[in-house]
Amino acid sequence: MADAFNFELVSPERLLLSEKVTEVVIPATLGEMTVLGNHALTMTTIRPGVVTVKLASGQESKYVVFGGFADILPTGCTVLAESALPLSDVTRETLQARIEAAQADAGAATDHEHKTKLEQYLNELTNLNGAILPA
Amino acid sequence: MPSLKDLKNRIASVKATQKITKAMKMVAAAKLRRAQEAAEAARPYAERMNKVLASLSAANAGNAEAPLLLSGTGKDQVHLLVVATGERGLAGGFNSSIIRLAREHALKLLAQGKTVKILTVGRKGNDILRRTFKENIVDYVTFREVKQLSFANADDVARRVLELYSKGEFDVATLFYARFQSVIAQVATAQQIIPAKFDDAEAANGSAALYEYEPSEEEILEDLLPRNVAVQIFRALLENNASFYGAQMSAMDNATRNAGEMINKLTLSYNRQRQAQITKELIEIISGAEAL
Repeated sequence: MADAFNFELVSPERLLLSEKVTEVVIPATLGEMTVLGNHALTMTTIRPGVVTVKLASGQESKYVVFGGFADILPTGCTVLAESALPLSDVTRETLQARIEAAQADAGAATDHEHKTKLEQYLNELTNLNGAILPA
Repeated sequence: MPSLKDLKNRIASVKATQKITKAMKMVAAAKLRRAQEAAEAARPYAERMNKVLASLSAANAGNAEAPLLLSGTGKDQVHLLVVATGERGLAGGFNSSIIRLAREHALKLLAQGKTVKILTVGRKGNDILRRTFKENIVDYVTFREVKQLSFANADDVARRVLELYSKGEFDVATLFYARFQSVIAQVATAQQIIPAKFDDAEAANGSAALYEYEPSEEEILEDLLPRNVAVQIFRALLENNASFYGAQMSAMDNATRNAGEMINKLTLSYNRQRQAQITKELIEIISGAEAL
């Protein structure tokens, strides 16, 4: 069995999870990554996606995060999400509302670079929508 | 000398006022607890953010190409004051202490020949500052319709600030709010948010160099700095909220106590007068009977 380490999932509004875990899958910007114990010091940004946490007790729980970053230390891992929800709380409506907000933002953006970023974000959101809520 | 009837009316009215202040105190106490919980729940995120940024910025200290949000524009000619106050009054010195601090700051800057721009958050601050600094106010945000402050609200304010900054409209931004110390003590505070300042000295002990960054250090920094502004504003808003209810609670507690004293005094003089009147009537009856 892999070493257990501390995992924290925090959003600006609250601390969602602080537990001993054995494995965490993070939707990093450069691709999904699995964090195990004794991971090298890493800092990465994350894109909208699902964080899968395997608790030390063997249970698995999933959270949807909308952007943010992760701070990984050999002794633990902290995900600072811009906003995060347990997967079970996510409904088609909440996602749709976010997609619409992102569309409005992307439409309003004037700066080219900024616009590309927002469009990318929008794409990721739409992908996420398809992935976790199959039609 | 007020008549008996007048006194009776006054007592009734003071009692009604006391009931209202008492109810407001209860409501404020309940809301204070919620606001305090919210402020505490937001703390871990802000602390992490601060730690990460402190180490990142220490690593980037000498870098000439560091993002503007970190290094500043190199000038401090134009100042933006973000003044966060409450939406309502009846909270003792809460609003006025924040406004006083902001005003002193603004006057000091003006005396130094700097340009001052003000962004007010909350109706009260806007109303009062508009009187003296009408032409300095560039934007106004109100959360009058907002029941529960969320990060999105703070993000909205942060976006306005960042937009102004990216247009080069100001060089230094300072945030004014009341830090919540306890129910009876709220401290009006000024905090510089742009360029970012970190007081966390221990984070700069070189551990930053060992990190692996994905995608790259610069990109992460560029992503984090605007977010940090939003987080700082969010934290200030939550602290402000808690302070507001704290101030309101103690103000209403005082008001209730004062009303109680007032009622005692009025009741005393009411009883004295009633007694005097009875005595007077008795004397009249007795002297009338004697005259017969």
